[in-house]
Amino acid sequence: MAKILMKGNEAIAAAAIKGGCKYFFGYPITPQNELPEYMARELHKTGGCFVQAESEVAAINMVYGAAGAGARVMTSSSSPGIALKQEGISYIAGAELPCVIVNISRGGPGLGGIQPAQSDYFQNTRGGGNGDYRLLVYAPATLQEAVDLTMEAFDAADFYRNPVVISADGMIGQMMEPIEFKEAPKRELLPKDWATIGTKGQREPNIINSLALDPAELEKHNIHLKEKYDLMEKNEVRYELYNMENAELVIVAYGTTSRIVKNAIAAMKEEGIHVGLIRPITLWPFPMKAFDAIPETTKALLSVEMSMGQMIDDVKIANEGKLPVHFYGRSGGMIPTPDGIVESVKKVLGGEK
Amino acid sequence: MSVVFQRTNGLTQKSTHYCPGCTHGIIHRLVGEVLEELGVLGEAIGIAPVGCSVLAYDYFNCDMQEAAHGRAPAVATGVKRVYKDKTVFTYQGDGDLASIGAAEIVHAAHRGEKITTIFVNNAIYGMTGGQMAPTTLIGQKATTAPFGRDQAHSGMPLKVSEMLATIDGAVFVERVSVNTPANIRKAKKAIKKAFEVQIEGKGFGIVEVLSTCPTNWGLSPIEALKWLEENMMPYYPLGNFRTPEEVK
Amino acid sequence: MMKQEIICAGFGGQGVMSMGQLLTYAGMLEEKHVSWLPSYGPEMRGGTANCSVIVSETPIGSPIVTEGTSAIVMNLPSLIKYEKHLAKDGLLLINSSLIDQKTSREDVKVYYIPANEIANELGNGKAANMVMLGAFLEITKVVSIDSILAAFKKVFGPSKEKHIPMNKEALEKGAAAVRG
Repeated sequence: MAKILMKGNEAIAAAAIKGGCKYFFGYPITPQNELPEYMARELHKTGGCFVQAESEVAAINMVYGAAGAGARVMTSSSSPGIALKQEGISYIAGAELPCVIVNISRGGPGLGGIQPAQSDYFQNTRGGGNGDYRLLVYAPATLQEAVDLTMEAFDAADFYRNPVVISADGMIGQMMEPIEFKEAPKRELLPKDWATIGTKGQREPNIINSLALDPAELEKHNIHLKEKYDLMEKNEVRYELYNMENAELVIVAYGTTSRIVKNAIAAMKEEGIHVGLIRPITLWPFPMKAFDAIPETTKALLSVEMSMGQMIDDVKIANEGKLPVHFYGRSGGMIPTPDGIVESVKKVLGGEK
Repeated sequence: MSVVFQRTNGLTQKSTHYCPGCTHGIIHRLVGEVLEELGVLGEAIGIAPVGCSVLAYDYFNCDMQEAAHGRAPAVATGVKRVYKDKTVFTYQGDGDLASIGAAEIVHAAHRGEKITTIFVNNAIYGMTGGQMAPTTLIGQKATTAPFGRDQAHSGMPLKVSEMLATIDGAVFVERVSVNTPANIRKAKKAIKKAFEVQIEGKGFGIVEVLSTCPTNWGLSPIEALKWLEENMMPYYPLGNFRTPEEVK
Repeated sequence: MMKQEIICAGFGGQGVMSMGQLLTYAGMLEEKHVSWLPSYGPEMRGGTANCSVIVSETPIGSPIVTEGTSAIVMNLPSLIKYEKHLAKDGLLLINSSLIDQKTSREDVKVYYIPANEIANELGNGKAANMVMLGAFLEITKVVSIDSILAAFKKVFGPSKEKHIPMNKEALEKGAAAVRG
C-alpha cells in the first residue's frame, strides 16, 4: 500500500480500526480530539460504533462493559482525562479484560496545559489505579511506529487479557508524517469463552469481576496476574539502540524526545563527541536488558525527558548503580532543543572526565 | 402431585448473604422470574453494582459483570452497544445509582440506552453500615447524619424517578414497593414492562423499588415494612411516571 | 543533501496550515522525507497560526523547527515572532500586502511579495497563500508545482478539484513575482 500523509491522532484511529477495533468510547479533551472525531466518522462502517460518553469515567467503564462482552474496544484521552480513567483501568486489569487506551499526553499537574509533555510516565507505567497491576505501555516515536504499535496492540491486549497503553504526546497527536498500513504480526489467540454474551442456557454463567472478598483467593489472583506480567517482561520488551559504538555517554529517551536527541547526537558527531541512545519502545516492561549493550567507553548516562524526571527512576534501576545517571528535561509543554541537550551532554562529560 | 411453588431458574442455587428481613431477596426473585418468563435468561447480561447487592453476580443465573461503584449504566452501555439484541440490565442501590453514579444513570437515560435498570431505594447506605444516602428522608438518622437528615445541611431527598421521567430517552419509569404481596405483584408487572420496553427496542426503562433495611434502620423486619409505608411512600409516591405510550 | 525546514505563519483563515500540508504532501509524492507540525490550542481560534514543515533527502529526526532554512510570513505578528527563528543566510518571504514593515534581519535573503494584491487580481483573495507558495517553490525548487497540484487533490479531496486551475495560476503568478 502506498504511503499516505495523516495527522497522528487520525493515523492512530485508522490503525486501531485496521487492528480490529470496533467500539470506541471517549470524551473530548485537547490535544487528542481528532482521534474520537475520526472514530465518530469511520467506526460505524465496521458494524461497530462510537459513543461519546458523559465523562472519562463513564467512557472507561463502557470500555469495561464492551471488553467484557468480548469486543475489541478502545478509548483515548489526554493526561487529566487519563487520570479520571484510572479507576476503570484498575478494574479492567483486575477483571483481566483486553482493551487499548491511548494517552496523547500534555503538561501537568492538574489541568496543566495542552502542549506536549511526557510527565505521564508515572501515570502510564506505575498506574494511578489501586492494586498490583501492570499495563503494557508502547511509546512510539514516529507516526509509522504509532500506527504499527496500535495495530499490534489489540492482539497483545487479547493475548494477555490486559489493557495496552499507547503513550504518545501532543506532538505525535498533532503532527503529520507519511505512514503506511502494513500487515501486523498476528498472535495465536484463544477464543474468548469467558465473555458475557449470554449463557443460551447451555453453560454456567460467565462473570466478569474484580472483587474477591476472600484474601486467599485474592492473593491467588494476584499471583496469577504476576505470572502474566513476568511473561510480558520476558517477551514484550522493545527498544532501539542507536549510535552506541564507542559512546562516551549514553542518553535514554523515548517518543518525541528521542527524535530531538537524535538531532543532538548528529550535531555532536560533527564535533567528534560520541553519544549513544537507548530508546525504550515499551515503557513497561522497561528495557532493562538494553543496558547490557552500553560499551566500556561510556562514562555516564543521561535521561532526557519532557518532564522534571520520571523515567530516570527506571534508568537508575536498570543501571544498577554502575554509572553516574544525569538528567536533562523540559516541562510544562516546553520542548527540549538539540542545543540544550548538547550543552547538557558537554556539562556531564566535562564533569566526568 | 402438582407443583405449586418452585425456585425460579432465573436465580442460581446460591444462598444470598442478605440480612434477615431485607427485601433484596424478593426483588432478585422478581427479576429472575421475569427473565425466565420472557424467555431471555440465556440472552441476558446483568450488571451488578457496589453496595449490598455487590454479590448479585453470584445470584442471577445469567452472564454477569461486576461494575465499579455507580458505573453500572456505563458498563451496561458498553455491553449493549456490542450486543444490541441481548437483554442487558443493571441492578443498583440508592448510594450507587443516586449518588456516585448519578451522572452515569442520567446519561444512560439521556442517550436512551436500551437497557433496564432495577433501582433499589432503601434510603440508606447498607453495606458500609448505615450512612446517609441522597435518598435518606428528612429527620431520618444515619451514621453520617446522627441528628437526622437536615434539609439546610444536606438538601432534600432525591426523587430519582421524577427526575429521570423528565428525560426523553427514559421511556419507562415506575416506582413500586415490595412491602405487601399486592405491591410485590405490581412490582413484578412493572419490572416485566421495563424489560419488554428494552426487548421491543423502545429505550431506557427503570423501576425504582422502595425497599427496607431493617439492620441499618434499627427496626424489626415487620416494623421496617411499616416504616417504609408510613415514611417513604408519602415522600416517594408509587406509580408510573412514564410509559412508552407517552413517548412519541 | 537537501533539507528544507520551513516555518509557515499567519493568522487563522489565511491558509497557512494548508499551504504547509500541500508542501508536505508534495514532498512525500516526490519520495522525500517529510513532516508537518502545527501549533495548536486556543491561539488557533482567530489568532496566529503556524506550522513547521520539513522536506529532506534524509530521515527526519525532530519535527520541530528551531532554526528554519525558510520562513513564509503572511502577517505582521508572524514576521515579528518568526524572523528570529530563521537561520543565517535563510530565506524570508514576506507578504507585503499585509506587512508594511521591513525585516530587522540583515543576514537573510528577503523577498517582499504583495500576495493579496496578486491573488485579488486573479479574482480570489483567498489564494494569497498559493501565491506565496509559488514564490517559495520558484526560489527553492523544493518540490515541483505539478507535485503541489497532485497533492491538492489529496489534501482537499475530489470536491475541490475544480479549484485547481485557479490555484495553479496563483502558484505561477507567485513564481513570476520573484523571477528575474
